[in-house]
Amino acid sequence: MLRPIDPATPSTETIRLQPTRGFSRVLAPRELWRYRDLAGQIALRDITVRYRQTALGGAWAVLQPIGFMVVFSLIFGNVAGIASNGLPYPLFSLAALVPWTFFANALLLGSDSLVANSALVSKIYFPRIFMPAGVIVAGFVDLAISLVILLVIVLAWGYVPSLAILAVPLLVVIAAASALGLTAALSAINVRYRDVRYVIPFAIQMALFVTPVVYPSSEIAEPWQTLSAVNPMVGVVEGFRWATLGTGNAPWDLIGISAASAALILVAGLAYFDRVERAFADYV
Amino acid sequence: MDPSTAIETHELGKRYTLGVSGRGYGTLREAITARFRNPLRRSDDGGEPNQLWALRDLSLTIETGEVVGLVGHNGAGKSTLLKILSRITEPSSGYAEVTGRVGSLLEVGTGFHPELTGRENIFLNGAILGMRRAEIRSRFDEIVAFAEIDRFLDTPVKRYSSGMSVRLAFAVAAHLEPEILLVDEVLAVGDAAFQRKSLAKMSEVAQAGRTVLFVSHNLAIIQALCKRGVLLERGRVQADGPVGEILDHYLAGLERASAADLVEREDRDGRGWRHTVLKKVEMVDASSGQRNAVVGGRPARLVVEVTELLPGLECRVVIANSFGQPVAVLDSEVSAPADSRDPELGPRLECEIPVVPLLPGRYRLDVGLKANSVIQDGLQAAAFFDVEPGVLEGRPMAGEDAEGSFAFPHSWRLPP
Repeated sequence: MLRPIDPATPSTETIRLQPTRGFSRVLAPRELWRYRDLAGQIALRDITVRYRQTALGGAWAVLQPIGFMVVFSLIFGNVAGIASNGLPYPLFSLAALVPWTFFANALLLGSDSLVANSALVSKIYFPRIFMPAGVIVAGFVDLAISLVILLVIVLAWGYVPSLAILAVPLLVVIAAASALGLTAALSAINVRYRDVRYVIPFAIQMALFVTPVVYPSSEIAEPWQTLSAVNPMVGVVEGFRWATLGTGNAPWDLIGISAASAALILVAGLAYFDRVERAFADYV
Repeated sequence: MDPSTAIETHELGKRYTLGVSGRGYGTLREAITARFRNPLRRSDDGGEPNQLWALRDLSLTIETGEVVGLVGHNGAGKSTLLKILSRITEPSSGYAEVTGRVGSLLEVGTGFHPELTGRENIFLNGAILGMRRAEIRSRFDEIVAFAEIDRFLDTPVKRYSSGMSVRLAFAVAAHLEPEILLVDEVLAVGDAAFQRKSLAKMSEVAQAGRTVLFVSHNLAIIQALCKRGVLLERGRVQADGPVGEILDHYLAGLERASAADLVEREDRDGRGWRHTVLKKVEMVDASSGQRNAVVGGRPARLVVEVTELLPGLECRVVIANSFGQPVAVLDSEVSAPADSRDPELGPRLECEIPVVPLLPGRYRLDVGLKANSVIQDGLQAAAFFDVEPGVLEGRPMAGEDAEGSFAFPHSWRLPP
């Protein structure tokens, strides 16, 4: 069953294990590349497991934003009469809810990913960043499904997206980058302080109202409107409305600020993750 | 580094900081208040009192193809060393150089996901163990055949019997071809069939010229598999040499430790609340009252003394031969009608053994203690005792050189 080692093939390289300093772990492309197959398997597992043994399966990816859309339309659209840039409120809110749901789920599942996989973390070596990153990759599948549904509804409502729709991948990258930066940091903190588990659901609900999901950011007075885009989801959400509904002006100022902010969050999150990663197995 | 060297460690050290809550969990509030009290102090300051060096200045060289057994008390640093070599945790000082692909034989099912099917788990588990996807695909049929699960390939693993999961897990691990194999006490878990297969796998790996580093309390297995032994004590190499000599050295140390006060011993099992701890364990000859020497075929009494009398005390004693191979278990939690609770007994548990069925030799006692189903304490090699040759129902029991560990009553019907 086991082949003897072929003496002709030179032994593989030598790895030196020593206390590391600086940000050498996450930012080690060779190491990440070496473990690429594992990264793929973890993402595949997260995708497969997400809705297995649920009666509705992948429909959940759609039901969550649709459900919120219905409730928000009734409460904020009809009862409260919140402005929606002249758009039908359901479309207005759904275009924001699609990226928001992706972001919120990534945070919720990603921040628990290291603790949930503690059996692996404490027994096997692999670049730990794969755990939160795998959750986000799995979230792309949900996002793609709900994006298709969004476009179907938009078309059914008689709106035709313009070429602006080509900006969607860029907006998704901004959302994913900030989600990865945040989940990297949060999952790492969660290893030591399980408080994170209780903070996240609460914080996500708060953030929903800080982000212009149920209201347009045009309702906010300047300079706060522009400044609010340091929350990367502001640019993503407003960008999504413009890109998928094919109306209004391109909010490039918001998108630009949000992109810069997302880049900063990503770098800071990964840097923090890198710094504490080496001690995960000792705490988890 | 010399190309024939597989593993070389140089003054390797691993320091653990013990937090307020014992295992260093701590809460966010603790961390924040500590930071406010001592704003200038770095959190990983060197001079903290509750620090533990699990490994200290450990230098060790292992050549390619060597099969090395690591022995030592609990807490000697064996598992920590394997964790560093498999890159699960980082050393705090020194370094280790490892040449070749490292694989670990893991507990059954680590990395299995119950919702995934057998097929999906083969790929996931293979990747976790460090196999390339192409490699798994090329061995896929072999793995399935070895595990004998082909009919259930597309059934979620949660519906597998435990035997099937074990076979599948092992099949994947068996097709990993590491240059260096690390084995940490896996043979202690899993059923007998798994242990046999693991053992066969290990000797196969050894014969294929691969390097194996092996940790076990079962010294018989270490002796059978390894040529070289390394004895660790308090995170350092205490002795290193031919496996026979190292094991003798280790056993002598164990016996010295069991002669000392048990309360003072630090090599206790990690789990346990320690509201009550083992104070003394003795096997007493019931007729002569002689301690730690009993006669085969005669009655004996096992006495376990503890520091505190807690309600619902139970104990589990594993009788192992001198190689650490378990031969019998006396477990008070598995009750019988003759068991009783005696309010007059005090902080001790006694076990009456009407007939000692053990063959002559030296045996050791590994003791675990519970109170109200909560683990309190555990100590390996808490005591040693000798069994002297005796007579069982009129028949002399076999001598020291006999095979096996037991004698039992029997009679023959023979042709004239």
